[in-house]
Amino acid sequence: MTDDRIVPVTMPKWGLSMQLGKITAWAVAEGDEVKAGDDVADIETEKITGTLEAPDAGPVRRLVARVGEDVPVGGTIALLAPADVSDEALDAAALQARAVIDAGVPDEAAGAAELQTADVGGRKISYAGAGEQGDVVLLVHGYGGDRNSWLFLQEPLAARYQVYALDLPGHGTSAKDVGDGTLDVLVGAVTGVLDALGAGRAHLVGHSMGGAVVLAVAARDPGRVASLTLIAPSGFGSEINAEYLRGFADAQTRRELKPVVGLLFADEGLVTRQLVDDLLAYKRLDGVDDALHALLGTLLDGDAQRGDSAAVLARLGGAVPVTVVWGAEDRVIPAAHAESVSGATRRVIDGAGHMPHMERPAHVQSAIEETIARAT
Amino acid sequence: MARNITYREALNEAMAQEMERDETVIVMGEDNAGGAGAPGDDDAWGGVLGVTKGLYHKFPGRVLDTPISESAFIGAAIGAATAGMRPVAELMFVDFMGVCFDQIFNQAAKFRYMFGGKAVTPVVIRTMYGAGLRAAAQHSQCLYSLFTHIPGLKVVMPATPYDAKGMMIQAIRDDDPVMFFEHKALYDMSGPVPEESYALPFGEANVVREGGDVTIVSLGRMVHTALEAAGQLAADGIQCEVIDLRTTSPLDEDTVLESVEGTGRLVVVDEAHPRCSVATDISALAARKAFGALRAPIEMVTAPHTPVPFSNALEDIYIPDAQRVVNAVKTVTGWSR
Repeated sequence: MTDDRIVPVTMPKWGLSMQLGKITAWAVAEGDEVKAGDDVADIETEKITGTLEAPDAGPVRRLVARVGEDVPVGGTIALLAPADVSDEALDAAALQARAVIDAGVPDEAAGAAELQTADVGGRKISYAGAGEQGDVVLLVHGYGGDRNSWLFLQEPLAARYQVYALDLPGHGTSAKDVGDGTLDVLVGAVTGVLDALGAGRAHLVGHSMGGAVVLAVAARDPGRVASLTLIAPSGFGSEINAEYLRGFADAQTRRELKPVVGLLFADEGLVTRQLVDDLLAYKRLDGVDDALHALLGTLLDGDAQRGDSAAVLARLGGAVPVTVVWGAEDRVIPAAHAESVSGATRRVIDGAGHMPHMERPAHVQSAIEETIARAT
Repeated sequence: MARNITYREALNEAMAQEMERDETVIVMGEDNAGGAGAPGDDDAWGGVLGVTKGLYHKFPGRVLDTPISESAFIGAAIGAATAGMRPVAELMFVDFMGVCFDQIFNQAAKFRYMFGGKAVTPVVIRTMYGAGLRAAAQHSQCLYSLFTHIPGLKVVMPATPYDAKGMMIQAIRDDDPVMFFEHKALYDMSGPVPEESYALPFGEANVVREGGDVTIVSLGRMVHTALEAAGQLAADGIQCEVIDLRTTSPLDEDTVLESVEGTGRLVVVDEAHPRCSVATDISALAARKAFGALRAPIEMVTAPHTPVPFSNALEDIYIPDAQRVVNAVKTVTGWSR
């Protein structure tokens, strides 16, 4: 009944637990012409505020959702269609979309996403998967992060791949004991999850410290890794914002933590109270303080970086495709380090800080997909 | 991994995890095991409303039933704390606390100070407060203000299951005597609580809802009343910032003042009586330290200065409700010289 030239713009699923989103502002009006990737709307979830980008090009014919109302994930918020699609067809599609929004979250969608755990050397490691087909992609977060830092990427990537995100030891809901705090413990956790998944080869994506970790996994067992996407990886130069790392590890209160978390983003407006509260709740779990301080010793040598990812990459000798992605406005590890990553495709993304996968997810998604494509 | 459990279960889990971690932690009180002399098998009450249920079997010998003699067992708990234990003593209803004021006010609260820091008193005194259970005037009061007045005591009242667990763990680990207030009407409330142990520091208020028009400061059960009102007011275009004090001693003055400086309007919602109370204390704080920011007189929504009535109809109107909070907010937003 609906014209297949009508392209719905839907409420994205940013994170496995997201069920509802709220449009805080439209970046387009009915009648505007958009290109794929243009900003469409600012969307607020329980956890974070983000910008939704257009899935396709075309004129915006209908804005279905209202600013400020709750829209279930997947609900159509706007319709794109060429000029020759009739108003009647659009009105019918809009009416249908409206009914979905008004119905709210279906009951079966309620409840938290399935979290799995693997026992890796006596440590419980948590991970969550999405997607049922294609190659295995494993997402590895950075220092102080967790699997939810991929909230803008995991579901979109899951359309083509089996995408898993894990919590490194000391992080998220995994065991908080990091042993001696060396990267080896983290590397072991990543290979342990790959074993648990029964994945022969996987595409690894690592952010910051997680970039150094996935690189080390590839160096240890090159046959295991099909491609590497490194996002603002550590170990490609000596400069690092040591104040950020220590500030994050030492912060005891929301007041202390909020400005530190702000350093992660080009746009500090992304730092919602909920994001800071979630981080604080994590930091207050028994064992986290010890874990973060132990890892600090691995990452820092005085005020400089201790690790040497460049040497690890050199040992790999171009065995797998490698892409390095950096936010141009990174205030934790300077984007200039991208230049010292030899033998890799480089992408520096404007308007992003240390968390390009949260600030410019569509760009990072295309970088990951391109890297995967080069592997096959 | 967080899952939904009740406020009661969160408290029980906090005690169990701390007893597991530290063998000096003991639990004591009336019927805390299973009733005096009973083994706690079939007739295990776990306290009058079941908060300590099951602990007796996990930690035999460390969950003690006490006689119905508050002055004796609160004194014993305080003494045990000075001697190296970490007792969690349950004094059923805060209304009964009067018979052990000397033990609490003059002994527990003073040891660290009078012995120049050489003695500590890591005791937790758990107690129920609040109206709404048809329990009449001697079982329904909100007496946290009395304890907040005494230097040397920490006074805490979690409003959610998450806070209940984290604050109980902090209370047990704290080296000072902690008065731990549990609202009877909150025990069955469910919410997300991590399975792992975590401690919430005292003296950090929680901004549970952000808004720019009016600051509502609340505590304990009244946090939920304030949130209900804020939800209704949002529909009228009035955005309330709702603060849960969490602890009245220590008190997070900064969070209250920063909010009032932003909104210029303050409503304090407190289930206790209105004289010499948390409501008057917070009002005085804002009047003294944020006077320049205030755009309207401060409003207080409290119970009246009467005992809690036994009549159901009267008890229902005694407890501050969302409508009274809405009215107070409209008074301050509509105020003009």
